[in-house]
Amino acid sequence: MLSKRIIPCLDIKDGRTVKGTNFVQLRDAGDPVELAMRYCTEGADELVFLDITATVDKRKTLADLVRNIATHINIPFTVGGGINTVDDVSVLMEHGADKISVNTSAVRNPQLVSDLARNFGSQCVVVAIDIKLFNGVWKVVTHGGRNATDRIAAEWAKTVADLGAGEILLTSMENDGTKNGFAIDITRQISEALSIPVIASGGAGTMPHFKEVFEEGAADAALAASIFHFGEIGIGALKNYLKENNIPVRL
Amino acid sequence: MNTVIIKYNAGNIQSVLFALERIGATATVTDDPEAIRRADKLIFPGVGEASTAMNYLKERKLDRLIREATQPLLGICLGMQLLCAHSEENDTPCLGIFDVAVKKFISPDLKIPQMGWNRIHTKDSPLFKNVPADAWCYFVHSYYAELNPATIATTSYATEFSSGIHRDNFYGVQFHPEKSAEAGEQILRNFLEL
Repeated sequence: MLSKRIIPCLDIKDGRTVKGTNFVQLRDAGDPVELAMRYCTEGADELVFLDITATVDKRKTLADLVRNIATHINIPFTVGGGINTVDDVSVLMEHGADKISVNTSAVRNPQLVSDLARNFGSQCVVVAIDIKLFNGVWKVVTHGGRNATDRIAAEWAKTVADLGAGEILLTSMENDGTKNGFAIDITRQISEALSIPVIASGGAGTMPHFKEVFEEGAADAALAASIFHFGEIGIGALKNYLKENNIPVRL
Repeated sequence: MNTVIIKYNAGNIQSVLFALERIGATATVTDDPEAIRRADKLIFPGVGEASTAMNYLKERKLDRLIREATQPLLGICLGMQLLCAHSEENDTPCLGIFDVAVKKFISPDLKIPQMGWNRIHTKDSPLFKNVPADAWCYFVHSYYAELNPATIATTSYATEFSSGIHRDNFYGVQFHPEKSAEAGEQILRNFLEL
């Protein structure tokens, strides 16, 4: 039986993790590779590295980091942030990335999704969709939630799936950072409407939140950042909890 | 040891190379016929579409080289499917090393492709030495090889299918050992020790 996936997300700036962690055993809490290896040992199923470095000249730092991750990490990992072209992706794939994620650039240029799928295969194209409620309607937002768009979340998800996206990373900006749980209804609506996997993101605060997003939200995977970084929830403990609740996980 | 990763127009070749590095092995990525003939071990990876990959292999006569290989060869994912007789993906005749049909998953309620971690139930094979009998491995695929006499591992998704096959010097795995944590690394190590 296919397992539900638990995916820690690491924010990267200039080749270092930001926000830090309180893992006492880490020699250097800012080293993405060391943190990533720690997550692997704990049983993470995949990793997402989100590069928030704005400048173009720092992209080489990212490529070097991807190479370093690929030579140390034995599970799939996704790299996102600032990807605008097929060439951007070529560099990351050559340095060992398994998947890449696009967000704002896909909204600006939907053709990018089909270009990436054709060049590299759907399996490596993750489309990240950030969503927010406007008068009771879930719509797509970009630039980390700062810019509103007219796109309806469920319609955009269908569009990118048709264009060749292999997975959708759905982040509710209403829930992100609240630790009150995932956006269950919209996750379920999108996951059930599509044949590609949906990774739920935003709002994880407790272990029951994960159970809820898998059972009620029909998510295929769940992503979180701070609760893992700060050790509030251990990945091993979380997976044991899910297993006890009859949710298939890799242990 | 001289391990060659066969270079063709299919993805994930770098991932395989880095995985070998992680277990302390080296490999050359090449489509040079002489280098392929001389290799001690051949790895035939692949992510992509069957007919495009087969056309590319035929144009460069790599199809014949692979069929005539006498050293241990490991097909991964699409690489394994191409070792079979025929794929439903664009009705593609494949290399025919295994007399097995590759079919598309059909399921009203499961997502296709299968993407993520699933268990492999292994039979006695040197490829699976020191690998747990029901190890979790990482899969990404919409097509599968049917169960057959060469099956050395099975996995359940929509149906029971071959996640590993073996005949003579030819091995194939549907999952990605290069991305399947410790179990995958052990399988790669086992292959290099054949």
